[in-house]
Amino acid sequence: MPTPGMATPGTPAGGAPPGPGAGAGTRSGGPDGGAEPLAVELRGITKRFPGVVANRDIELRVRRGEVHAIVGENGAGKSTLMKTLYGEHRPDEGQILVHGREVSFRSPADAIAAGIGMVHQHFMLADNFTVLENVVLGSEPTRGGRLDRAEARRRITEISERYGLGLRPDALVEDLGVGDRQRVEIAKVLYRDARILILDEPTAVLVPQEVDELFGNLAELKREGLTVLFISHKLDEVRRVADSITVIRRGTTVGTADPRTTTVRQLAELMVGTELPSPQVRTSTVREAPVLQLRELTVAAPTGRPPVDEVSLTVREGEVVGIAGVEGNGQAELVDAVMGLRPLAAGTVLLGDDDITAWSTRARREAGLGFIPEDRHRQGMLLDAPLWENRILGHQTRPPAVKGPFIDRRAARTDTERIMREYDVRAPGPDTLAVALSGGNQQKLIVGREMSARPRLLLAAHPTRGVDVGAQGAIWRLLEDARAEGMGILLVSADLDELIGLSDTLHVMLRGRLVATLDPSSVTPEELGGYMTGARTTAGAA
Amino acid sequence: MSTVTTPPGTGTPPSRGPLTDLLTGGGRARRLTWLLLGIVLLFSVVRVISGQEALTGSSTIAAALLLAVPIGLAALGGLFAERAGVVNIGLDGMMVLGTWGAGFAGYQWGWGAAVVGGLVFGAVGGLLHALATVTFGVDHVVSGVAINILAGGVVRFLSELLYTDNPAGGGVTQSPPVQGNPPTFSVPVVSSGPDLLGSLESRHWFLVSDLAGILRGLTSGVGLLTLIAVLLVPATYLLLWRTAFGLRLRSCGENPAAADSLGVPVYRLKYIAVVVSGALAGLGGVFLVFIAGIYREGQVNGRGFIGLAALIFGNWRPGGLASGAALFGFTDALQLRSRSAVVALFLLVALLLAAIAVVQAVRGRLVPAGIAAVVAAASLIGFLTVDELPPGLVSFTPHLTTLLVLSLASQRLRMPKANGLVYRRGEH
Amino acid sequence: MTVLRRVGLALLAPVLAVVVAVVISSAVMAALQVDPLRVFAVMVDFGDTPSQQVTAIVVVLNRAVPLFLAGLAVAIAFRMGLFNIGVEGQYRLATIVAAGLGAAVTLPGPLHVLFIVVVAMAVASIWAGIVAVLKVTRGVSEVISSIMLNVIALGIASYLLTGPLRGSPEGASIISTAEIPESGWMPALNGVLGVLGLANPPRQLYGFLLVALVVGVVIAVLLNRTRFGFDLRAAGLSPSAASASGVDARGMVVKTMLLSGAVAGLVGMPDLLGSTHAYTTDFTSGLGFLGIAVALLGRNRPIGIAFGALLFAFLDRSLVPLQIQDFPASVVTIIQGTIVLAVVVANEVARRVALRSAERGSAPATAVAGDGSAGPGQTAGGAGGGTGTGAGVSPTAGAGQRSDERQGTGA
Repeated sequence: MPTPGMATPGTPAGGAPPGPGAGAGTRSGGPDGGAEPLAVELRGITKRFPGVVANRDIELRVRRGEVHAIVGENGAGKSTLMKTLYGEHRPDEGQILVHGREVSFRSPADAIAAGIGMVHQHFMLADNFTVLENVVLGSEPTRGGRLDRAEARRRITEISERYGLGLRPDALVEDLGVGDRQRVEIAKVLYRDARILILDEPTAVLVPQEVDELFGNLAELKREGLTVLFISHKLDEVRRVADSITVIRRGTTVGTADPRTTTVRQLAELMVGTELPSPQVRTSTVREAPVLQLRELTVAAPTGRPPVDEVSLTVREGEVVGIAGVEGNGQAELVDAVMGLRPLAAGTVLLGDDDITAWSTRARREAGLGFIPEDRHRQGMLLDAPLWENRILGHQTRPPAVKGPFIDRRAARTDTERIMREYDVRAPGPDTLAVALSGGNQQKLIVGREMSARPRLLLAAHPTRGVDVGAQGAIWRLLEDARAEGMGILLVSADLDELIGLSDTLHVMLRGRLVATLDPSSVTPEELGGYMTGARTTAGAA
Repeated sequence: MSTVTTPPGTGTPPSRGPLTDLLTGGGRARRLTWLLLGIVLLFSVVRVISGQEALTGSSTIAAALLLAVPIGLAALGGLFAERAGVVNIGLDGMMVLGTWGAGFAGYQWGWGAAVVGGLVFGAVGGLLHALATVTFGVDHVVSGVAINILAGGVVRFLSELLYTDNPAGGGVTQSPPVQGNPPTFSVPVVSSGPDLLGSLESRHWFLVSDLAGILRGLTSGVGLLTLIAVLLVPATYLLLWRTAFGLRLRSCGENPAAADSLGVPVYRLKYIAVVVSGALAGLGGVFLVFIAGIYREGQVNGRGFIGLAALIFGNWRPGGLASGAALFGFTDALQLRSRSAVVALFLLVALLLAAIAVVQAVRGRLVPAGIAAVVAAASLIGFLTVDELPPGLVSFTPHLTTLLVLSLASQRLRMPKANGLVYRRGEH
Repeated sequence: MTVLRRVGLALLAPVLAVVVAVVISSAVMAALQVDPLRVFAVMVDFGDTPSQQVTAIVVVLNRAVPLFLAGLAVAIAFRMGLFNIGVEGQYRLATIVAAGLGAAVTLPGPLHVLFIVVVAMAVASIWAGIVAVLKVTRGVSEVISSIMLNVIALGIASYLLTGPLRGSPEGASIISTAEIPESGWMPALNGVLGVLGLANPPRQLYGFLLVALVVGVVIAVLLNRTRFGFDLRAAGLSPSAASASGVDARGMVVKTMLLSGAVAGLVGMPDLLGSTHAYTTDFTSGLGFLGIAVALLGRNRPIGIAFGALLFAFLDRSLVPLQIQDFPASVVTIIQGTIVLAVVVANEVARRVALRSAERGSAPATAVAGDGSAGPGQTAGGAGGGTGTGAGVSPTAGAGQRSDERQGTGA
């Protein structure tokens, strides 16, 4: 397996030697061998949604039996394109050719029939079904009207063994980890005899070790002659796994590249058009006074091990404390516990000198706790409410939006306008519904709202998840500035580069416990991944 | 802090003693048998102490079966809809439509037509609900409530139009009598003719007579429709859990987007499910018409809602909802047959809660144990001091039971994950 | 322009729904050989003399007052995503207890009325509170529990009426509670009609109309202008986001149901204090269910509910004239039922139109193509997600919370 110098995504790889760059930037390049028809060819695909053109003049040529990466930043139109290819919607213009023949898909069923399968970024699995049921759904083997489970089990086991997926057909999906779920998704596609696989951001939810496993699976697929379309914005991964690369920017293809001759930097510039933002490690601003102390915090579950198990940590003024971990290891519960959204089984929470263990969420917020939730639609916004009401959310008891027991509508609108100006929230006005904003603008509004209350401690859970690169850079700068002014920040993230780049102290959370404390200035993503999966342990943890 | 983390032991649960293993081990069949036996024993004890023979009498059980069937049919209807992800509060209205359809077809063309009429009218109600929720994306509960309001108006309107001045009889609130009833069966020898169970039952022996009464109630004079309704429960299980169609239908209730992405026709399946749901509720209505021999307004009396509660009580499973329907049918039969027998239920509740209190206390949960003990004592006092409840208070026995059972059981239930969520294809 | 447009959109749904309902019910009537035009003619015919016309208006207003209150009670719960189907049981139980206690005490005028009203509010509030407590402590869906509590309330009411609170002699055809003494009556507003230069009708215009107006204004201010109202609405729009913002979700459920119940307790008051002065076996029933319809019609806004109540009251008034003219009076129920169904469909359609126009409105502002409508968080499930039904009604117990759509949390 190729292991190139692990240049971090989104970071211009200073150390990597600049390649010749011949491959980059040449429009619709690549060998055009006439003998074998291409597995997939898209010609001039354009897709419009009300008010926006999501894809424009897309050109894509994918050879049979290769892993072809499609890269572009969030919102560049990659997913729209793949949905077009998978028949989830129809293009307004252009042609789709599969194995040299023009096709027109009315639904995913047509695409499946043509041998195309899709592994969605957000898994499309029914949690309460078994692996078997999820895989066969829609093309079930039957015998005498009954679902033939024996036959289904036989075929799934066969697929699982042939491609090394290691599936247990009768396991419930809700009991599976992320990597296993992804392999179920792949099995679903293979079960339908797909020869062309689309993988939409498959590594977004995986830790480095799981990514390695996935790439192993992909190698198996390639050896069996399957074609893989691999969508990503993580350039180092793309360079490791892809045979050829197509770059998409602002809804259109801007070039193809050969991963062997193109550097990450060249790809990145092609992708974004300008230099990328990156979290920079700067001089420490950590002061003495602690703003948040957790002492042996434990959150109990009705059954099984506690999701948060005796977690102790301290955040000081001007310090960013990062929590790394594979999702589902108690980070979400820890965040909820600090916010007072989840009852504690044991332990204390100190904010400054106050013991806030028994305080309500509202009291905690009033005492100076700010919150950027991991899922802004679930916890951060009222989507069907205007922006000015979203400005009030979480600050219902504090000026400027509130006067006594009453809402001050005018002040709320004015202050929303200020936030929109200062934090670059792009929207027509404070009366716009929040749902109409892009993910990045919603997130900037939340960040602006939380910062405006000048919290002592900011709890930021995945603050840049699902936002475009521009907003990501802006949010990172805001967090850095706040830290410099003395705010303490507890940062939970799945983005290892974000964690390493922003944190002053880094804890690793595994099965509800803090298992390691690392120095972000010296740790690599691989080491971090090792601790996160439990493959590595350390004796030097605080 | 130590960083050596041991993987959590997730093996088989440790043995909790031989008695617990005997009672709860050995798979579902054994557990179920023990449970049933325990219930009969409990009732037997209560019957002997209270002297209320109606408690396990064959006539009460027969009535319970009769009353459980419409509730069970409504619950089965709910199962179809909710397994496909559509909450169906409109079951009650669909049942009302079913009663009217049965009455209308039944007085003209006999009982076979009544069945068809009820099915069709119920299905039309289901179709309306499907149209509102699936096609127009209306909130499921809102649409269901609207259908309940509408159904009441429609049947009144139709009756007013067709039954007033009708030479066959009937009026604004009722139809002319239905022609003929479906045949009934009794198991020979044991329940008819020599009637062995009947003679056993009349001895009032502890446990034996109770079992005999229950069996006789279940085997004598069973209507054709009852038989069909009972058979529908395993049939539904086979259809929904053992066929490809069932898997697809249930996938619409668990993750419709995933189903859609695999080419499963989500909208069509939801339509089918909700229409079947309405038809089954309508069939429940037919059953009520057969009991009364006539369509009468207000006949349904909220049984659709109780069916929904039975569905929830049964954790969205056919077997579970059948036991829920049986429970509500039984309490309904009891309150209709004997107001003094309802008082015996106090004793039953007292015994049950006392047992719960002991179990909780042994586990060290003192607060729940205390609450259970206090309520148990109150029930006991109620049993000892009250002879007969006034009719107004007895009338809601099944509803109160529903409420109590739900408040005790509902936290361990798991509904289909996408139940009640409006699914719109490709909505961003 | 946006204001005009928003008002237009808000009006569009109900107006469209009423039109559709009229068309559908006309078709139904025509199919069954009832002339819809003549039916509608009877409906809008308020009589010939000024006195008759004013009487008709008074009848409509008197009917609208309890409908308005019932709609308001339902709407309060609705705004935080709770479905209070239990208004029916709440007001019936509240009214009989208030009537019984009101007849049993002697107090000076206004105090007596106040006593009766407070008792009614308290009883209904407690009854609604049971629903809330079962929901927050035991996870029982408020839909199921309030339906069951309706039946139970009616059972208790019938027991009270025939038992402890019986005021009518044995064998009377209509059983009733003892009559409330005159100090507990609410004066009529007929004097106001005179001031307006209208004929003084034989009917009494309920004085409770004024109370209902005040309650409407108070509720409107409470919901839209106060912190409490904001918390309530936030919890309705997104329970999880409200919790994260510091709203105590469980407490909010209890407070909202208590408030909704308190308003529900007022539903029976106009009739009790204004005309019947006792609870009888034929006391107005079904107001709770009609209240749901009225709330839906008014889109849970007090002003809209007022219009909805007037419309339903107008339809109800025509019951008697229709019967006199030998039409099936249940066409009224049909029209009401169709209106409700049409309204919920139209509301949903209007919501989508509004949403789409909002998205389009902001599209030029988001420079990057595509992302505006396809943010990662929302593409997830398709079902529910961010733009779900908004009502947040969980019809079932336990796992009723809309769960996180992402599936990457199982490791």
